[in-house]
Amino acid sequence: MTRPDLFRSVFMLALGAGLSLAGPAALAGGTLVVGMTAGDLPITTGNPDQGFEGYRFVGYNLYDSLVLWDLSKSDKVADIKPGLATEWQVDEANPKRWIFKLRQGVKWHDGCEFKADDVVWNLSRSTDEKAPEFDPSQFAQARSYLGNFAGVEKIDDHTVAFETKVPDSLFPYEISYVMMISPCRAKEVNYNWAEYALRPSGTGPYLYDRAVPHQRMEFVPNADYWDKARVPKQDRLVLVPMPEASTRTAALLSGQVNWIEAPSPDAIDRLKSAGMQIVTKIYPHNWTYQLNFVKGPFVDKRVRQAANYALNREDMKELLNGLMLEGYSTVPPSTPYYGHPLIYKYDPEKAKALLKEAGCLPCNVTFAISTSGSGQMQPLPMNELAKSQLDAAGFEVKLQPMDWNSLLELTRAGVDKYPDVNAINVSRQTQDPFNALIRHVWTAQWAPKGSNWGHYGNPEVDKLVGQIFGEFNQEKRLALLTKLNETMNEEAVMIFVAHDLNPRGLSPKVHGFVQAQSWFQDLTPVTVEP
Amino acid sequence: MIRYILRRILYAIPIAFGVSVVCFSLVYIAPGDPLQTVMPPDATAETIAIVKHAYGFDKPLPMQFLIWLGRVLTGDFGVSIATRRPVILEVSEALANTALLAAFAVPLAFFTGYVMGAVAGSFAGRWVDRVVTGAAVVGVSLPNYWLGIVLVIVFAVEYMLLPATGMGPNGSTGFDLLQWSNARFLVLPVITLAMIPIGILARTTRAAVAEVRNQDFVQTLRAKGLSEWTVTRHVLKNAMPQVVAVMGLQFGYLLGGSILVETVFTWPGSGFLLSKAIINRDVPVLQGTILVLSLVFVATNLVVDLLQSLIDPRIRRA
Repeated sequence: MTRPDLFRSVFMLALGAGLSLAGPAALAGGTLVVGMTAGDLPITTGNPDQGFEGYRFVGYNLYDSLVLWDLSKSDKVADIKPGLATEWQVDEANPKRWIFKLRQGVKWHDGCEFKADDVVWNLSRSTDEKAPEFDPSQFAQARSYLGNFAGVEKIDDHTVAFETKVPDSLFPYEISYVMMISPCRAKEVNYNWAEYALRPSGTGPYLYDRAVPHQRMEFVPNADYWDKARVPKQDRLVLVPMPEASTRTAALLSGQVNWIEAPSPDAIDRLKSAGMQIVTKIYPHNWTYQLNFVKGPFVDKRVRQAANYALNREDMKELLNGLMLEGYSTVPPSTPYYGHPLIYKYDPEKAKALLKEAGCLPCNVTFAISTSGSGQMQPLPMNELAKSQLDAAGFEVKLQPMDWNSLLELTRAGVDKYPDVNAINVSRQTQDPFNALIRHVWTAQWAPKGSNWGHYGNPEVDKLVGQIFGEFNQEKRLALLTKLNETMNEEAVMIFVAHDLNPRGLSPKVHGFVQAQSWFQDLTPVTVEP
Repeated sequence: MIRYILRRILYAIPIAFGVSVVCFSLVYIAPGDPLQTVMPPDATAETIAIVKHAYGFDKPLPMQFLIWLGRVLTGDFGVSIATRRPVILEVSEALANTALLAAFAVPLAFFTGYVMGAVAGSFAGRWVDRVVTGAAVVGVSLPNYWLGIVLVIVFAVEYMLLPATGMGPNGSTGFDLLQWSNARFLVLPVITLAMIPIGILARTTRAAVAEVRNQDFVQTLRAKGLSEWTVTRHVLKNAMPQVVAVMGLQFGYLLGGSILVETVFTWPGSGFLLSKAIINRDVPVLQGTILVLSLVFVATNLVVDLLQSLIDPRIRRA
C-alpha cells in the first residue's frame, strides 16, 4: 500500500466511523455526497430557493408535484409526466378549467394520506394571504409559476379542478413547479415554518434525515415511495454547498465528495487525468443578451441581426474548453419546437454592411453583465470575447459589470428604469414553452410585470401567443410554438451566444447515473461503490 | 482598575451604535434587494411589493432602523431571511467555529512569530536576521487564500493527507476536537490563517527587541557581568508589551473571521456567514453579525489593554 493509499484508507475508515455514528450502518448502495454550486442549503419548506439547483437536489427529492418531469432518458429533451396526479384534461365545456385526477394510496412521509383537500391547502398556502397556512416565502417562490392561476376546488377526494384566468393549454407545465407539502406536519408544528424546515414531510423518494445549517443536508431512501422503480438505490444522499469551483474540484479529487456540479472548464483535464468521469449533456439553457426595444440601436432589426452575425461562437466554444454548444436560437436544437430558424452564421462583413445600412457605424452599445451567478457560466471572459468580436464588426461595446444580485434587480425593473442599458446578459432556463419563448416576447410580460425586459412588442407575436394558450391539441400547439421560435429568430429578439453543456464531475465509483436533458436530474438509480 | 474597566465598557456603547448606523446604511446604499434569496429571478413588481410588506421592508429606512435597534436592545436580533433561523443562533454558532480556528492560529502565530522576531532582533544585521526577516516578509505578502489553495492542492489533493474542505466529517455539529478524524480538518485553515500574523509578529518583535537592546539598561546589565542569556531574558520581557498589543489586534482580526480563508476551506465561521449574508443581502444576519463582531473587537482590545498593564506596571500608572 502506497502512502496516499494508506491515508485514503484511514480517511475512509474515519468517515465510515463518523457515518455509523450518524445513522444505520451503510449498506451496499453507498453514500452519494454531492458538492453543489449553491452558496447555501436550499430551504425545505416546499418550493426551494437557490434556483433550479434547489429544485434538483431538494425540491423533487423530498417532494412531488402533481405533474413531474420524466428524467429517465438522456437522448431527448425531458418532458412532463404524471406525478401526484395520474391524468389531467381541460374541461370540454370550459377552457379555463382543468380537471386533475389524483393518485390514490399515496402517503406523506408523516403517515397521513394524500387527498384532494391537501392540494387545495397547498395552493392557498402560496396564494391566499389570509389563510393560516400562508407563507410569504412560498408565495414569492411559487408566484412565477402561478401567474395564470385563479382558483382550485375539490371535486371528490381524488379529483380537483383548477381555474385559470385565461384559457391556458400550458397549465400542466406551470403546475409542475409547485411542490406539495404535508398539511398534517404543518399543523403539527403549528405553521411554524422554521420548525417545519427541520422536520419536512413530503411524498418524494427521499426522507429528510438531518442537516447542519449552511454545511450539509442528509436524506435517506423512502422505501415506501409510490413509484417503486424510483426508490433510491443508494443508502444515503448528502448535499454540501460549495460555491467555489476550486473547492469543489479539490473536494472531488481528495475523495471528500463523489459528485460535483459545474467543475470549471480549466479543471476538466486535471479531473480526467485523476480518473474522474466528466459527464455533459445539452439541456434547456441559454446564454444570450436580451435587448432594449425602446431606446438605442437595437430598436432597428438590422442592428440586432448584425450583432448576431458578428459573433464567432466557435471561438467562444474553444474559450470554454468545448463545454458549450453554439447558440443560434432561444432554445437548443434538441427542442421539439426548434423548427428551421434563420441561422446567423459568423459573417463579420455582413454584420458591418448591415450596420452601415442602419446608419450605426460605429455602433455604441452598453451591456449590463454580472461577475458571476446561477447559469451565467464564465461571464467575464465570455463577455470580453463577445465584446472583442462585436467591436471588430463595427460595434463599440461598453461592458457594465455588476454583482449578480444587482443585475437581477436591473432585470426585474425593466427597460423603463434603465433606458441607457442596451442589453442585459442574463442566462435563462428554457425548459417549458412559456419560460423558453413566450415570456421574452409577449407584451403582457413587459417588465416589471414579467421577463420581457426590453419591452419587445409585436401584434403578430401576441396573436400567436394567444393561439398557443388556446390550443389544447398537442400537435397543433407544437406547430404554433415552432412558428413562434422561427419568428423570434427572424426578428433577432436576442443576441444568441451559447447553450451550457451542464458538466458534472463524478468519482469513478459512482454508477447508474443517466443525465437527462433537463435542469432537474434523477439521483434515485445512482449507487456508489464502497 | 474596576473604574478603568467600566469606563472602557461605556466607551464601547457609542462605538457599537456608530458601527450599527454605518452598517445599516451601507447595506442600503449597495444596490440589490434584501429579499433576493426568497424571490425567484423573474419575480414581478407586484410579487415583490407583497413580499416586502410581509417582511416589513416597505417601511421608511429610519423607521426600520429604530425598530431593529429597539429589538436588539431587548436581545432580539431577528430572524435570517434566507434560513429563518434566529440571527443570534447563526452568529453565535459561526463565532464559536471561528474562535476555534483563532484559538489555534493565535498561539501558533504568537510563538512562531515571537521566536523568529527574537532571533532576528538578537542578531540584528547578521545573516540570521536577513533570513528570518525575509521569511517574515514572505509570510506577510502571500495572499492567504492563495496559500490556502496551494496547501489544499499539495496536502489534500496530491498526498491526501488532510481534508480539503469543511469542518469535520459530519459537519460542525458534534465536532470533537479530541478525535483526529475531526481535528485534522483544522490543520490547513489554521496554518493558512496564522501565516500573516506570524509575519507581522516576527517583524514587530524584531523591531522591539532591536530597540530594547540599544537601551542603556541593557548596557548596565552587561556591565554588571550578567550572562548573555539573562540579558536576553530581560530584553525579551521588555519587548513583550508591544508584541502583545499587536497580537491583540491580530486576535481581533482573526475572530472577525477571514472571509477568504473560510470560503476557500468552506469553514462555517463568522467570515463565511458574513460573505453569504452580503451576497444574499440577508440584512438581519448582516446587521447582527457586524454588531456582534464589533463588540467582540472592542472587548478584545480591552482584554489586551488589561494584559499589557499586567505585564508592564508603567502603563497602569500612566
